Amino acid sequence: MEKTTNPLFEYCLRLGDTSLILSQRLGEWCGHGPILEEDIALTNIALDFVGQATAFLKYAAQVEGKGRTEDDLSFLRDAREFRNLLIAEQPNGDYGQTIMRQFLVSTFLYYFYGELKSSKDSMFAALAEKSLKEVTYHLRHSSSWVIRLGDGTEESYKRMKSAIDELWLFTGDMFDMDEVDKTLITQGIAVDLNKVKASWDKKVKEVFTEATLAIPENVFMVKGSHEGKHTEYLGHLLAEMQVLPRSFPGAQW
Amino acid sequence: MISTITKEEIWNYLNEIPDPEVPVINIVELGIARDVELRNDKVIVSITPTYSGCPAMKVIEEDILRVLKEKGVADVEIKMVYSPVWTTDWLTETAKEKLRAYGIAPPEKTSSDKSVLTLHPKVIACPRCRSTNTSLISQFGSTACKALYRCNDCKEPFDYFKCH
Repeated sequence: MEKTTNPLFEYCLRLGDTSLILSQRLGEWCGHGPILEEDIALTNIALDFVGQATAFLKYAAQVEGKGRTEDDLSFLRDAREFRNLLIAEQPNGDYGQTIMRQFLVSTFLYYFYGELKSSKDSMFAALAEKSLKEVTYHLRHSSSWVIRLGDGTEESYKRMKSAIDELWLFTGDMFDMDEVDKTLITQGIAVDLNKVKASWDKKVKEVFTEATLAIPENVFMVKGSHEGKHTEYLGHLLAEMQVLPRSFPGAQW
Repeated sequence: MISTITKEEIWNYLNEIPDPEVPVINIVELGIARDVELRNDKVIVSITPTYSGCPAMKVIEEDILRVLKEKGVADVEIKMVYSPVWTTDWLTETAKEKLRAYGIAPPEKTSSDKSVLTLHPKVIACPRCRSTNTSLISQFGSTACKALYRCNDCKEPFDYFKCH
């Protein structure tokens, strides 16, 4: 899939797709949560992400100006056209792994939206402010669980440690910047991810320390979300998410 | 007749539309209906979501179109606005009292609330017996805007409309 030439459209997709894919993953917990309260928590968070995805993809469609809608973008694109962060598409694993993924992403989004709300693009600024309110309590939720489980039993510690091993290699992708970022940063629209990285490092270290978990060192980072180079999991996720509109084109609710 | 309709009349009609999930308060009291604009023969109603993914928004849009149509206002456009960001600070004291009477503890104080970062939940009074001896069961409840609490005195569980 060739990159589109409109950086603003690309940027909208990155934001919208990360929220959309993460919401689909969290939605898989519906009816399967370890306790009722957590079932509700994860699906509530999924709902926030669906809302954020809808807003960003609606804006993407508007920026693109080719008559596509947010639904077309969600259901009629293939894996290589998706721009979500690689970490968002990683499987849920056990509850601990889902929580770890959520914590790493929420921490990123918390600082990211904190910066994006000063964007010169007024739509980004408004959506960032809106999303930040939600991501703030998502972060509270996941960080408190990382601490409880990391500093919990021998078994819960072991699982959180293995969750870090599964996910850490995808954290570099979150801070990867290319020409799209550089162009939009010059225009005062996009976020300098180096700034976000510094805050993210600090917060993750703080929570991990309390959770008695260690930050891995010298990990090879897998990147590629900007080019639509995904892990094998995204295609499977999309197959399930897109089956209805693909099987019954034009189906109406 | 559209040409004689005033903004005030539109606001009155909007005041008749209950929130689908918390029907004791209407969409104006809740701060969802933000603005009414009359442009030529068209009425533009701006609404803002409480939470990004609130599933009630679609229903609210349909309700506005239906109610205004019933009142003879056919040419209506719904505009979704995201700024300023919705906050529970916009709930009036009257609306809060209605929530309490309905069994939902209203949002406490202001939304710019740092307790979200410190893990110490606020003290919320039971909407039934008013006891402050309550505890948080779940930060997430039956809808995005509510948390679940329990009263340690009257033993009843209750919803708390979170500060946002």
